[in-house]
Amino acid sequence: MYVFIIMMWLLILAGGGILVVVVSKISISGYGNEIDFLIASLIKAVIAILLVIAWIIVLSKLKNKIFQKQIES
Amino acid sequence: MQQELIAALIVSVVAFFVVYAITPFLIRELGKRKLAVPDVNRIGGAMIPRPGGPAIIAGILISEAVLFLVFPSDTRNLKIIALMITTFLAFIVGLIDDRKVLGGWFKPLALAVSAIPIVLIGIYDPTGVYDPNLTFPIFGPVKIPALYIGIIILMIAITGNTINSIDAMNGIASGFMTIASFSLTIALLIMKNYDVALISLPLGFASLAFYKYHQFPSRIFPGDSGVLALGAMYGVIAIIGRAEVVAATALLPAIVNSFLFLSSVKKIVEHRQIKNPTTHTDDHKIIATKEKDAPITLVRLLVAGKPLSEKEIGFTIFKLAIFSGILAIITAFLMEIRI
Repeated sequence: MYVFIIMMWLLILAGGGILVVVVSKISISGYGNEIDFLIASLIKAVIAILLVIAWIIVLSKLKNKIFQKQIES
Repeated sequence: MQQELIAALIVSVVAFFVVYAITPFLIRELGKRKLAVPDVNRIGGAMIPRPGGPAIIAGILISEAVLFLVFPSDTRNLKIIALMITTFLAFIVGLIDDRKVLGGWFKPLALAVSAIPIVLIGIYDPTGVYDPNLTFPIFGPVKIPALYIGIIILMIAITGNTINSIDAMNGIASGFMTIASFSLTIALLIMKNYDVALISLPLGFASLAFYKYHQFPSRIFPGDSGVLALGAMYGVIAIIGRAEVVAATALLPAIVNSFLFLSSVKKIVEHRQIKNPTTHTDDHKIIATKEKDAPITLVRLLVAGKPLSEKEIGFTIFKLAIFSGILAIITAFLMEIRI
């Protein structure tokens, strides 16, 4: 259980890193300031949601790997 | 600084002793009105008064009101108002659910509505309640003003329901919340967020006072009104303290429980409507059920290897909570580091 909690914590830190380093840098230009901001926000929101889904899938795989014995019992 | 220390001492004492003094009266009153539920893990299935939420909310609201009225501060007042309204609304949601078992979606949706006052107060004063940037350790903040409103609403719904889902056995919810909230207070101090650290103290002390009566063998159960109020207040502190990631880290064992539950049940359902994931041995220890369609929970995994008593399960979960609390404190230190 401690290993699983550490894994979750590291995944949170890594997810934060991706959000800050990659996603927050996304900017759009050429459609006017407001539309640019809206499109960039939408893209960031979609990527953030995809990251959360990826986080859940990775956790699910880890759960099956770490707790396989207990779940089967 | 001296005034802040006096305020910290007074709100802590008020929160603790209001809950400590009111709960015995509440136990008697609930007993007289026959508002009690069976303790399924107790030999003979004793009837335990429920809900203890009114004592918890009284301790929280009175101590926060003392902080607001006796030690007013321009940087704190709006935050306290937002916290008191949202926590009280979450308490009402829980009280409705204590009286009538509602569908699985009721609580998350109603808790999401409870978060709206924070958003509205944030619109009234954009800098007075929260900062719409999500800050991560090591990497720094990400500006998401539009998305952050969604995070506020999700945060209250998730923290409320997460604490509710871990309220499975005697003393676990109040004991877990005591450890998580004190970890969060320490983390807020490390992050130099002294105002919100002060505001957060009643959560830990109200939980600790209630634990006195909720610990094994329980004399009262908090009910949904108690655990949703505690969970929602924890979520509000995370938002107003700009400590979302730290707060989530301290809550990890409870999040693991919700994650295991949802990934096995695969839908949002009221926990009272599903099969019990554990059963009892002849010597009344708790062991994982053999039923394949029962949900996987934290407790079920803990007793999968060998049966444990209810008290042992509680202490195992508290050890996990302390471990996560230490991770949360490390996270708070990492907040100060930038690459």
